[in-house]
This record gives sequence, C-alpha cells and structure tokens, in this order.
Amino acid sequence: MQVPASFEYRRAQSVPDALALLERFGEDARVIAGGHSLLPMMKLRLARPEFLVDINDLHELDYLRQEGAELCIGALTRHRGLLESELVGRLFPIFHDAERVIADPPVRNRGTIGGSLCQADPAEDLSAVCTAVRAVAVVLGAGGRRSVPMADFYRGPYETDVGAGEMLGEIRVPILPDSGSAYQKVERKTGDWAIAACGAALSLADGRIASAGIGLAAVGVSAAGYRRAEQALVGREPSEEVFAEAGRLAAEDCEPVTDTRGTAAYKRHLAGELTERALRLAVERALRPAAAA
Amino acid sequence: MTAVEEPVVEERPIGYGRLKRKEDPRFVRGKGHYVDDVQLPGMLHGAVLRSPLAHARIVSIDTSAAEAHPKVRAVITGEALAGLGLAWMPTLSMDTQAVLATDKVRFQGQEVAFVVADDHYAARDAIELIDVEYEPLPPVINARHALDADAPVIRDDQEGRTDNHVFDWEAGDKASTDAVFADADVVVAQDMLYPRVHPAPLETCGCVADMDPVDGKLTLWATTQAPHAHRTLYAMVAGLPEHKIRVISPDIGGGFGNKVGIYPGYVCAIVGSILTHKPVKWVEDRSENLMSTSFARDYHMHGEIAATREGRIRAVRVKVLADHGAFNATAQPTKYPAGFFHVFTGSYDIEAAHCAVTGVYTNKAPGGVAYACSFRVTEAVYLIERLVDCLADELHTDPAELRMKNLLRPEQFPYPSKTGWEYDSGDYPATLRKTLELAGYDALRREQAERRARGELMGIGLSFFTETVGAGPRKDMDILGLGMADGCELRVHPTGKAVVRLSVQTQGQGHETTFAQIVAEELGIPPEDIDVVHGDTDQTPFGLGTYGSRSTPVSGAAAAMVARKVRDKARIIAGAMLEVSTEDLEWEKGRWFVKGDPTASRTIQEIALAAHGSLELPDGVEGHLEATTVYNPPNLTFPYGAYLCVVDVDPGTGAVTVRRFVAVDDCGTRINPMIIEGQVHGGLADGVGMALTEIISFDEDGNCLSGSFMDYLVPTALEVPAWELDHTVTPSPHHPIGAKGVGESATVGSPPAIVNAVLDAIGVRHADMPLTPGRVWLAMHGGVEAPQ
Repeated sequence: MQVPASFEYRRAQSVPDALALLERFGEDARVIAGGHSLLPMMKLRLARPEFLVDINDLHELDYLRQEGAELCIGALTRHRGLLESELVGRLFPIFHDAERVIADPPVRNRGTIGGSLCQADPAEDLSAVCTAVRAVAVVLGAGGRRSVPMADFYRGPYETDVGAGEMLGEIRVPILPDSGSAYQKVERKTGDWAIAACGAALSLADGRIASAGIGLAAVGVSAAGYRRAEQALVGREPSEEVFAEAGRLAAEDCEPVTDTRGTAAYKRHLAGELTERALRLAVERALRPAAAA
Repeated sequence: MTAVEEPVVEERPIGYGRLKRKEDPRFVRGKGHYVDDVQLPGMLHGAVLRSPLAHARIVSIDTSAAEAHPKVRAVITGEALAGLGLAWMPTLSMDTQAVLATDKVRFQGQEVAFVVADDHYAARDAIELIDVEYEPLPPVINARHALDADAPVIRDDQEGRTDNHVFDWEAGDKASTDAVFADADVVVAQDMLYPRVHPAPLETCGCVADMDPVDGKLTLWATTQAPHAHRTLYAMVAGLPEHKIRVISPDIGGGFGNKVGIYPGYVCAIVGSILTHKPVKWVEDRSENLMSTSFARDYHMHGEIAATREGRIRAVRVKVLADHGAFNATAQPTKYPAGFFHVFTGSYDIEAAHCAVTGVYTNKAPGGVAYACSFRVTEAVYLIERLVDCLADELHTDPAELRMKNLLRPEQFPYPSKTGWEYDSGDYPATLRKTLELAGYDALRREQAERRARGELMGIGLSFFTETVGAGPRKDMDILGLGMADGCELRVHPTGKAVVRLSVQTQGQGHETTFAQIVAEELGIPPEDIDVVHGDTDQTPFGLGTYGSRSTPVSGAAAAMVARKVRDKARIIAGAMLEVSTEDLEWEKGRWFVKGDPTASRTIQEIALAAHGSLELPDGVEGHLEATTVYNPPNLTFPYGAYLCVVDVDPGTGAVTVRRFVAVDDCGTRINPMIIEGQVHGGLADGVGMALTEIISFDEDGNCLSGSFMDYLVPTALEVPAWELDHTVTPSPHHPIGAKGVGESATVGSPPAIVNAVLDAIGVRHADMPLTPGRVWLAMHGGVEAPQ
C-alpha cells in the first residue's frame, strides 16, 4: 500500500472559512475536493502539501445554472453532475463528449471541474474544453472575486493563475446562438490520459462561421494557442477544405513531445486529425441543434 | 485419439459439470482471507528501500536517522544480512540474487534496505531517512548490446566474470534444418520482439513472518503459488529445519507466475521477525510489484520459415536473445533454461527445426517465465503463428488455408516433434474447421473486401496453438533438484463426507471446486460433501505447486488416482459387508453392487461407516477409508486451440477495436466447463492487453516507465468484446481422466491472433507489440521501431 507523508487536515465550513485557512497556511496548503489527482500524487510522495483544506462540504460551489447568456458551473461540480446535466448537454455537448472519456465512473463520481482545471495536467480534458468554449474562471480570494479567461488561467503544466490564499469558485461559459461544439480524444485504453485530444466550439451566422474556439490536450501549448486555426475558420462557410486547413494549422502550432503514449510526429498528426473531426461534428451539431446531445 | 462428444451434464453434477464455484460465496461477500488480512498480536510492519538507479556502486549507507525514528524497531541492510550469510540467495535458475544490495545496485527498484516499524506509515517514513550514497555506473538496458565488448559487466560479484552472458541453449537438429532451408523454394525471415510484460496480479506480493522465539518455529503466511517448494528452499537457504517451517498460502489474489519465486521482501520479513521477536508483515505496493517482481517474456526473436511454393511448410529455425535482467531468476525445470520454447514448431507437420537461445544480463528487474506462459510456450506460439502469417503474405495465400494444409493430422498422434516432444492427442483440422464455421470466415472475408472498398480497415487474424503443460516427468523435470511430482491425500469420514488434501495452490483457478468434482466423479459422492484443503504445508502433502497449467495434469491426476485407491479399498469392504468376493462386485457411481443383483449393494457412505465401525475386515485390510498417492506424470499434456480475431482499425488514428474473438479450445476431458470458460475469458483478456497495450518499458538510463496502472495498461471489460467460445474434446491418452491443462491456453494462443488481425487490417507484414494507436499509425506509415 502506498501511503502519503504526514499532513495537517482542515475541513472548511464555508467559502470564507476556506479562504481564511488558505490565507493562513499560504504556499504550503492545497485545496482538496475529489482528490483523484492530488491523493495519488501524495501517495507516491510526489506531492507533499503540509496542509489540506477540504472543500467537500461547500455545497454552495456545487451548481449548474444558466444566468442570462452564460452557463455557470460551480467549481465543486462533479464530473458526474456535468455528464448527467441535460442543460449542459443541450448548450455544450462538448462537455458530455469529454466527460464520457474522462477516467472511469468512480473517478467521475468524486472528481470536480475545479479540481481538474486547477490540477492543470497538460493532458487534462476539461482545460481543453474550457479553452474551446472561451470559458472564464472566477477566482475567489480575500480581496473578492476576479475573472480570468482560460487563456490566462492556464500558466503551463501544473500551474494556474490561482495564487496562494485563493481558490477557483466558478466557471462561466458564454452561450452563443446557432452554436455547436464537440470533443475528440484518442487514448490507449479506456480511462487513460489522452494521447491527444481536441475540443472545438463554434457559432454560425448566415451560413458562415461567426466565431470559433479550439483547445487541444496533451500536445503542448504554444504562446499563441490555436489562434491561427481559429482565424482560418471565422468568416468562412463550413467545408471539408476549411476543416482541413484549420487542422493543418493546429497541427503546426502544437508542441508535442515523444513519450510512451506516442511520438511527437504521431501526436502532431492526431492534433490535425482530431481538430478536423471535432470541427466537423461541431458544425453538424450547430446545424441540427435539436439533435445536439 | 479423435474428438469425442461431451456428454450432457446435469445442473448439480455428482462429478464433472457446470457446478458453481464453491469458493465464490466468500469472495463475492468480501470474506476472502488474503495475506494482508492476517493480523497478529504485536505485529510490526516492514518496508523496503529501493534503488533509484539502474546501475550504481554503493559508496555508503547511513541508517542512523531511520534508527532514531521513535517507531522504528529495526533497520536491516545488506551488510547486516551478510553477517547472517543471507545477503545473497539462490534463484530458481541456479544463479544468485541479492536479498539486499551490498556492493552494487543492478536495476531500478532493487532492494537496498528494510525497515521494521510499529506501523506501515512509520516504516514508509523511515525508509526516506536512510541516506545512501551511490556512484552511478553506465547501465546495460538494450539486450542487443549486452554482449558488446565494451558493455559494463553487471555481475562482477561473480568471480572472473568478464561479460553479461548467461547461457546458450539449443534444441532440434541444426544440420538437417539448414539442409532443408538450403533447398527450400521459399524462405521468409522476420525479426520480432515479444516485449517485457508483467503478470500484474491484483493482489501484490507480501507475507507475514512469525518466528516463535520459544519453539523456534517459523510460520510464514505468503503470497506463494508453491508453498511446499518455498518451505524446502527456506530450509536449504536459511538453514532452518524444514519441520520448523510452516508456509501458509491463504487466498491468493491472482498469481499468473508472479508468485512462484522467492522475493527479497519475504526473506527480510523473516529476518525482521527473528530480530524483533515479533510478527512482521511486508506487503509491496503496486509500483514495487510492477518494477521489481517477476516480469515475463523479453524475447528478441529472429525466426525463419522454409516452405514449398505450394505452401507446404518444411522447416523452422529461430535465434533468440533472451533478456533475463540483472539476476537469472527465471522459474523453469532445471534442464530447460529457455523453458519449453522448443515447442515453437507449433501444430504443423514439418521436416526439421532448430533453435538457439542466448540469455543475457541487463540492468532490469530479474524474473521471467511469468504471466501464464507455460514456460515460454507463449513466445513460441507467437513466433510460429506470426511466421505462418508472414509466409501467407509472401505466398499471397489465405492464412486459414495455409494452416489447414500444414496442420498435423489425427492419425499422426502420438506425434514425436522435431524438437523432442511427444504430442499426446489431437484432431487439429476439426478444431480449426469449427472455429472458421463459428466465425463465418468466408462471410468475414467478403465483408472485409467490401469495407476496404469504402476505405475502412477491418482485419481478420488466426492462430492455432499447441500448448505443452503439466510439468512434469520426474526423470526430465525438477526445480532446484525437486522433482515435479505431486502428492494427494483423501480421507472419507465415517458419515461419508470427505477431505482431500492437495499440494497445489489455487490463485483463482477454482481448485476447491474442480478437485472436489474430480473426487466426486470417482467416488460418486456430491462435490459439496468434499472439503478441499490446500495452501498449508502442515496440512497437505508435498508437491511443487501451481504454475505452467500443471494443477489438473499433475495434481488432478493424483486426486483421481487417490480416489481410485479409496474406491478399490471400498470394494474390499463392500465385499465383506455383502459377504461376496470382490470379483463379484461391480461399480456404479457411488456404490458397489453384486453382479446380476443390482439391489444388493453398498454405497460409499455405508461403506465409510462400516470401515470405521466394528465390521470384521478381511485379513491385511486396515480400518478406515483413506489413501495417499504421489503422481509422477508419464508425459506432459498438449491442449490446443484455434482462435480467430476480428478488428477494426481507425485509418486516421491507428486506434484498434477488437470487434469479435472466437476461441475453440481442446483441453481433453472437461471437469467444470464453467471454470474452463472463466479461465479462457481471463486469458483472452490478457492477450488483448499484451497485443495492444501492455509493456514494461525503460528509458536509456534504465528508469522503469511502467511502474503504475496509469502506465502499465491492463485491459478492462471495455477493451474486450463478448467472447465467443466453443470446444472440441480430445482426451489425453496418458492422463487418468483424459484431462489436459487449460489455465494458460488463452494467454498463450490469443496474442498472435490479435496481432495477425491488426496487421491484416493495415496490410503490413510485421509490427511489434504492443499495438497502441501510435505504433499502429507508425506501422501504417512505414516507420515503426521495436519498443524499448
């Protein structure tokens, strides 16, 4: 049995209580929610937080609701909640695509969207999804709340914009008319981290692509993201040629590395292939919103 | 012998048939009792400090901080063990292995020190307090370079050693094989690697050692597939008297060969108990199991097949480079350093064959011959079944037709193979035909052509395997001098209930059910009336344990024979009861009756009571109803099967989906078809894992990259199709009940069928396992390399 090094543990009673604990313990504290990333790392003794602040009792952070033209997702929302939500599936089928291939049911029962985004694993699926749908992270701290677009939230592997004494509170996703979204992933076996994955979200106006977002997982991130691929889509009529062009640009702009999951060349190929597939499906869904989920 | 029809069996059989497993009620209720469930008063906990480096000299070890930990009771190093003569131990292959490193570490994960503490957490904390200074040495990771002149010498502990060579071994006739190759129409050669994989049982290895300081008796609860062999080895190695050692193997959560050998942790726990006068529990974690315990395969093979232009296979020759890791700790009969690899001629009627195997040391974990391989038959079957497909590709012929043309014919049995085996029985063409019919082979080929026209990649793969199981005849087979025969004891109680005591050890195979059924079949009493005792050296007769699918071929035969002894004695007692000569008695399941007068009879239960009662017995007949036996198998058994796999490959990503898998097995007489099916299901899933996802890989520094289930990918229900099983029955002529082993058939037979299917889909002659999406995609684009 793998066992962690010793640590202090506090169960937060409210959001202000959690923030006060995080403030008090500073850099040595970690928030724990589902624990499916943090605990294995602690058991392997790769992570050694001195203080764990458990937020599982903060039910006020576990919600899914539409507020005007935004989908609001509480940070403590479990994967299972996202997967079972009719609202989420109708507005953003990309979340359901991704949730179906995130780990396994026991993990999805406990793991949370906030934990996934804050863990910031470079192969993490929901970061790519949130990037594609242009989500905004709401970060809570002693000084109040601040909104951070996904592009700024993710600072690199295992690094986010959430500072000491802060925690992620909410994810807000803009709802666009005539939109569609999709997520495509290749993994070595069910529940594995992605070899590569692509999320795409777009909206249509007058038969043309009005806006487009692309997020990839497990293939590195360049400073410019996938702006070139996104720009190649906007203003164009959806077509196989346009998808292929966007795929080609996404493949060029990713920065994969060779590892046991595959070679850099293969992952780069997948980046293009999966971008094309995700765009194709997203457009299909945008055109047939009734059958979206 | 030709195939026979299996008789229809009843729901609650007295003997063979589909009986629910007797052990399952406790498992499904969470009431199994495993090593880690053992709790003893005052028990302490051990943890192993392991080497972070693959190859390094140990400069110094400072244990003072660990010893100062308030909960630590003992810290054991190699130096301390050397004082007891226990720093090194013999392996199952006549080599030595470090228990705790003294001079060098030779693989990442090697045992360096052992801490005994009040609890598991403290033990784990304390191993981090041990300060080891290492002087890194260049490692040997790629077996292909192990014999280079400038390769670092790994085993410089051995006097005079200047290289990493372990052994050379040959089988078959080189001259006649070379002669056939020289005048063959067609020769196809192929390099292939059977990568290093791991049995990965759900329960990791561990033990609880309890040395009684007063009577000097050691009780060891251990995850072992071979409790008796372990006891004898502890006696020989540690100098403990054998009658003062009791090895108990409680419920075992999967073994697959991983629990055959003796691991340093067991020895350390024993020493810990001797030093502290307390019981010591040591249970390794998942990473320790994957990184340090017995791996499997790691065979670099160069195979060649010679044939006529018409597709008649004439000869096969093979060169193998075998990566044995840092210590040669493979488990196999002494005379066979490459196990039974020389069954590589497979199921085909050929003129000549030859193989040459060279074993080498590398800076990787020791072990080998694990993972349900029947002593390297897995590698052999993979080799021949890939070569046959390569030949089919070369000749542009259908692989099913090519196999059918070359299979041994029923009248050739018993068949002396070109590498020295005598196959006992089989009707191979009938089994292959059954598989092809069940699969709808011709329709599948038509569907494949239609899909190809649409740009879809569908593949159909076949394998036909012959297994070599049930080691084995004492004259040929021993492990460290212990002959591979197994004992069995049967006692019928006065009320007609019985207890049968076995030397073999179940790890999930269902022995408590199968062995009760064997005795039930012979004595005609219900299986639920028969208690099966196993896994405790104080309670069972000597024998070498369960691996290599040997339980039914060896111990199963012993159980049948001992039951027949009891039945013969029952006949004498029945004769006395009925006041007739034994000659006048006839047996019917469960009772002896007077010939010509079936109403005059005595049941086994009546006879048992009389045997324990006041009945006057004939001269020389002792009371009670019991017997013992030792079974020395005259030959191995040769189960076989024909497997067919259908896959779909995503042309854009290389991802493989196993759509169908048809398996027709022939294991001779079938004792419990439900258990056989369960074993086949498990083995087929193993095959999917090996073919598609599993590999223990290393980087160039010797870091193990597969030390968790996030990196070592065993398949789940979602990776496998609904299995389509069927069988033929060709009893073994030399086995008392005609049964052959089946535990490993599917693991052995399935990988080549899956690989053949994937390669058929993508139109590539060969690519090495595991066929992950990335490796399939590379193979499709001509750039695949052997995995490392």
